[in-house]
Amino acid sequence: MKIAVLSGKGGTGKTLLSVNLAASATESVYIDCDVEEPNGHLFFKPVDIQSEGISIKVPFVDESLCNGCRKCIDFCKFNALAYIINKLKVFNEVCHSCGGCVLFCPEKALSEREIIIGEVQSGVSENVTVLTGILQTGEKSGVPIIKRILQDTHQDKLTFIDCPPGSACIVMDSIKDADYCIMVAEPTLFGVHNLNMVYELVKLFNKPHGVVLNKCIDGENPSEKFCLEKNIKIIGKIPFDHELGTLNSKALILVRENNKYRDMFSTLLQIVTKEVQV
Amino acid sequence: MKIAIPVNDKSMEAGVCDSFGRTPYYLIYDTESKESIFLDNSAVASQGGAGIKAAQTVVDNKVNALLTPRCGENAAEVIRAANIQLYKTINDSIKDNIDALNEGKLSFLVDIHPGFHGHGGK
Repeated sequence: MKIAVLSGKGGTGKTLLSVNLAASATESVYIDCDVEEPNGHLFFKPVDIQSEGISIKVPFVDESLCNGCRKCIDFCKFNALAYIINKLKVFNEVCHSCGGCVLFCPEKALSEREIIIGEVQSGVSENVTVLTGILQTGEKSGVPIIKRILQDTHQDKLTFIDCPPGSACIVMDSIKDADYCIMVAEPTLFGVHNLNMVYELVKLFNKPHGVVLNKCIDGENPSEKFCLEKNIKIIGKIPFDHELGTLNSKALILVRENNKYRDMFSTLLQIVTKEVQV
Repeated sequence: MKIAIPVNDKSMEAGVCDSFGRTPYYLIYDTESKESIFLDNSAVASQGGAGIKAAQTVVDNKVNALLTPRCGENAAEVIRAANIQLYKTINDSIKDNIDALNEGKLSFLVDIHPGFHGHGGK
């Protein structure tokens, strides 16, 4: 069972929620797909770390064989190649690794080379298997890392996917195989805007979904109003709480520190599990 | 000297386009013969890498200089590799910019942006 946790912007509580839900389960897998700034591992402090480099394939040109026919340039939909003063130039960061240019080159001047763009780390933190995707600074797309990290997740294990913020390609790949999506929302108008972004996305992907309202304070909650208007199920509320914030800011896992929070997230986990099975 | 300018229409009265990679047309202008040609920008609807493809067009037309309000880093890399001078336009008038170039009053474009990649850039 795979549960993705997403939100329209950073800082709404995706990691707070996915880390604590994962830690509440008897046994679970936590996957940090926020490869540009993974931080779940700071809470879990996993041990027995194993690391696997993630590479992508990009074309490499043998200048002695290239005759400047430009078949590769004409083929590439992403314009990752240019021919300048009798020299073929490859823009690795624009390349989508389709390999088409290599197949089309009549002179066999192009071959594929692997370049490392990041890594996947796996480790253990008590009852939780922790997988972390890490994109190297300066690389343009973390999608290959997301694809790899989600590839061999065991269907039978309860898995929490901590998504990158927003609703771009990298998030689509993160939720693609999820059985359920939890959207985390803040109680502000800006929060509604961000919630709407991910709401549009989960609808597009036809995923069963629910909302957790985070940082709840007394008084009006625009995100709650939005959910009621759109008939989106609210599966839980997390209060704006000083103690919670303090523990979280020290990179401590709430449910491992305090029974009050253990009860709160266990209840939420039960609701989520029930929702997924519906 | 042969120059290229991204323009909004196929006319010498048209405005200079804000975007280099996604401009609808290019003016290729010869400052000696005063001859002008307008080219369609085939990169305008590209899924990605518009700047690279647009720069390829400019390079293939063997211009000596590109006059543009701004330019992304990939396009600039192609332009520079082809030893084409990159100038910053002063306003949106084609004539004013050509005059300024002839009088040596245009400065080089140095603030190369990292690209918009589907994220707008008005």
